[in-house]
Amino acid sequence: MKHSFRFMGFLGICFLLLTISGCNNSTQASAPKEKKLVIWHWMNDRQAAFNTLAQKYKAETGVTIEFKLFFPPDIYSQKVIAAARAGSLPEIFGILGEKSTMGSFIKAKHIADLTPYMEKDGASWKNSFYPQALDVNVFTTANTYGVIPGIYGVPIDTTIMGFVASKALLQKAGLDPNKLPGTFDEFVREAKTVQEKTGKNGFVCGWGEGWLVNCMATEWAINLMGEDKFIKTIKGEVPYTDKDWLEVFTLFVKLKDAGILNANITTMINKESEDAFSKEQAAFSFNGSWSVNVYKQLNPDLEYSFFALPKISNNFPVKLWGGAGSSFMVNNTSPLKEEAVNFLKWITAKNQQDFLIIETNNLPSIKGCEKTLPPILSELNSRMGQLTHPNIWPCNEDSRVLEIMNQNLQQIVMGVKKPRDAAKEIQEVKERVKKQ
Amino acid sequence: MYYRVKKIITLIILHTFLLSIALSCIFPLLWMVNASFKHETEFRSDYGLKLAQNPTIENYKSAIIEGKLGFYFLNSVWYTFITVLLIVVISSLAAYGFSRLEFPGKNIIFFMFLAAMMIPLPAGFVPVYILLNKLHLVNRIGYVFAMTNMGLSLSIYLLKTFFDQLPRDMEDAARIDGCNRLQIWWNVALPLIAPALAVVIIFNALTVWNEFVLASLMFTEDKLMPLQVGLMEVYNRNIIAHTRIMASLTIAALPIILLYLKMQKQFIKGLTAGAVVG
Amino acid sequence: MDKAKNFGFILPALLIFSIFYIYPFIYTFVLSFQRGDGIYTSEWVGLANFKEVLYYDKNWGRALYNGAFITFWALTFQNLLAFALALGVDKATRTGKIYRVVFFILPVLSEIIIGLLIREIIISDPGILNQWLSRIGLGFAARDWLGSGLVLLTTSLVHCWKGFGWAFVIILAGLQTIPEQLYEAARIDGANAWQQFCRITIPLLMPVIAMVLVLTILGTMQAFAMILALTRGAGGLTEVPVMKIYNHLRGNQVGLACAEGVILGIILIAVSFTMLHISKQVRKRWGVVSN
Repeated sequence: MKHSFRFMGFLGICFLLLTISGCNNSTQASAPKEKKLVIWHWMNDRQAAFNTLAQKYKAETGVTIEFKLFFPPDIYSQKVIAAARAGSLPEIFGILGEKSTMGSFIKAKHIADLTPYMEKDGASWKNSFYPQALDVNVFTTANTYGVIPGIYGVPIDTTIMGFVASKALLQKAGLDPNKLPGTFDEFVREAKTVQEKTGKNGFVCGWGEGWLVNCMATEWAINLMGEDKFIKTIKGEVPYTDKDWLEVFTLFVKLKDAGILNANITTMINKESEDAFSKEQAAFSFNGSWSVNVYKQLNPDLEYSFFALPKISNNFPVKLWGGAGSSFMVNNTSPLKEEAVNFLKWITAKNQQDFLIIETNNLPSIKGCEKTLPPILSELNSRMGQLTHPNIWPCNEDSRVLEIMNQNLQQIVMGVKKPRDAAKEIQEVKERVKKQ
Repeated sequence: MYYRVKKIITLIILHTFLLSIALSCIFPLLWMVNASFKHETEFRSDYGLKLAQNPTIENYKSAIIEGKLGFYFLNSVWYTFITVLLIVVISSLAAYGFSRLEFPGKNIIFFMFLAAMMIPLPAGFVPVYILLNKLHLVNRIGYVFAMTNMGLSLSIYLLKTFFDQLPRDMEDAARIDGCNRLQIWWNVALPLIAPALAVVIIFNALTVWNEFVLASLMFTEDKLMPLQVGLMEVYNRNIIAHTRIMASLTIAALPIILLYLKMQKQFIKGLTAGAVVG
Repeated sequence: MDKAKNFGFILPALLIFSIFYIYPFIYTFVLSFQRGDGIYTSEWVGLANFKEVLYYDKNWGRALYNGAFITFWALTFQNLLAFALALGVDKATRTGKIYRVVFFILPVLSEIIIGLLIREIIISDPGILNQWLSRIGLGFAARDWLGSGLVLLTTSLVHCWKGFGWAFVIILAGLQTIPEQLYEAARIDGANAWQQFCRITIPLLMPVIAMVLVLTILGTMQAFAMILALTRGAGGLTEVPVMKIYNHLRGNQVGLACAEGVILGIILIAVSFTMLHISKQVRKRWGVVSN
């Protein structure tokens, strides 16, 4: 009898462990009594600034704010989706990934519609934003995601993808660091000059991450064929084997043949590329506006400036990939919905946006902060009118087509594919997907 | 004379071959350790080929503190220790049961464990991850249980075959002395299978210590990550700081290598345990 | 009552096994017939996931090819090397122990450590491996190891490098079980070294070789962490099946991940059974009584 008793004890402990851990998770979601807002985010470089803001907000309103960081971003996504499944989302959270992901969150009633708050008082809150920044959170009437039209998120900053140039390296190579390449040919020529004169690399980028290659290809494609034709390709009316697309793919061959690319560029992730550029290992790079903060942390003395996409054609205007960098959504089921909205209103007011610009070097999501911007960012900020982003296109490319396109672009750079074969393969996948 | 020369030449060729392969195994590791003691500038000038001129432990300090490697290391120790403990207790109990005791369904259940060992489940981590999500067990405890299961079948099989080869005299004697089953298991059976337990411990400890896939899916917070996931993090955040990466890799590799040198037999048996089954 | 108490001994094992093995095992099949983005409850889609994987997804075929390519190198290069080394060490009785210790260091280390270490040696600016090569006069062999079409071969070789020690130890153990008297008897009968090798070593080692081959296939087709650490996929050129499953799970395409898992599992079981069957036939033909 004695031993079976011990045995039960062992099983009991197992069971206890299981239940305790179960409780742990469910209680962390909310404790409504003490008015505490929990915010999940993935911006590890901003945690300190966020905490300062939280303290400030506590002092002003008495509401406790807890910023919880989950990093890196893919792990954050996993966390949010798991929490949605379990119904344990916090009061405020962000959603990473395609707009369709956000759409399915909305359809599952996890995200509150903020339109009434935005439209209140003559739409003063709504009008304070750059429309490009807000647009990614807007679902228009008759959107393809099947979501009730409305505004479902609050952008807290803007992101723009741009090229960066290392001033020191340009100078060393005898080039004018203030005159940056405006066309593709100039770009290649200058990169080559730097490489020959300084022995450093011409161009570095995190092309191991497919979306960065894709981003550049998209910007060039829109420059060459215009946004209309580009959208038509997504709709399936223009094939990827079109001569314009071939020309875009061929650009990557030109980049490779010029010998200006960092070795192993297709296995590098963005963090590696940022590390290399900040240590002046390459003349040019392609990165988002968030990198200002990254470069500052990696090398405070780095001298560089942003410039727009080097043109390949004059037929259509250059469009830059950009829009809301990070947006916050309000949990629809939370009892503290009003408080959450109030906090988001507060964090997107001028004082707080100015604070975030200074502390984290991000572009603001609201108008009227131009004076606070550091010089390095004002060049990007002036291009706010040229932004484009998949989230504001009428339709998006299927993820399988994107995947094959990214991989083919990477393979072109690695020298194992020709543009024509790549285009054929992408189109093949596109047609299979269309049939489905 | 002819045969002697021939023999010597064969020996020279043989040992050149063996030595060159052995060198290819050791050299990168020695290089790694050497580079970890260098300053970054020194490393860049000689690619870590020369001995460190003025060795520094700065890399280790920054890897452990800034890189949080100390954290990851302790996490791994924790996961490994608890998992192995659970496996040893559970599998030795079960193996004793399968070998010595009678109960209904014994053969079928044992066959199930056997089959689990044979059938490859390449996407096994997918449903386990979803299940843990559903049970709200995406935490240390969930991970430990999932890992416990991973080594269970093979451990039970190894221990059961070992039990089967042991004579029952001692246990019979203990029973006559009035010991109950659990006391016999603890006092008599466990000490007898100590050599097999060592293999089970090493095999499972290495499996848990080196596991990456499930941990990388499950652990969202730095403070929960085990070493393997943490290493990837450290690498991504310090790509230009080669010597710091080398220090991190050394911290991860050296304890295992030292332990291995100390207990080669158990390591080799443990890691080839999977082959025993076939 | 007594039997129930006896049952208690296996109960904890059975509980964990049921929750973490049997249930997930069945659940894999269930999920592979469902689709969901992970937020909604899943919906049944029949065979759509399998159709998607086998027909629409070109990359799945390539992932299998990549896995098979690495497996091919592991089967041939890694195992032949291991076999040669085992024969060599079996002869060198005095120094054999040291070699065994050295060769087995790499299998002890984790895939992440190996992957990151080799990545560091190959890619870190300005390419340490190529610098080494030029220093020992092999400058002409310098290549873009990870940034060109070579990347899959590089990955395969690193995999072999990490794995040969494991195969070596098993084969060596097999060699040492062959009784010396057999060789002596053969020598008295006038057999030369080659004949001894063909008539005694190979046939007696057949069960061990078959096992090593099967385990190599199972291990290599499921390898993943080292490749992730080393190349991160490299434009799909080193994407292997498990990496695909992992990425689908991360992208919340759980149904696809499970369908791929089921397909890969079936392939692996089929291949390993075929291998075992062939080795049995070979042993029969060579007239060796299997044990």
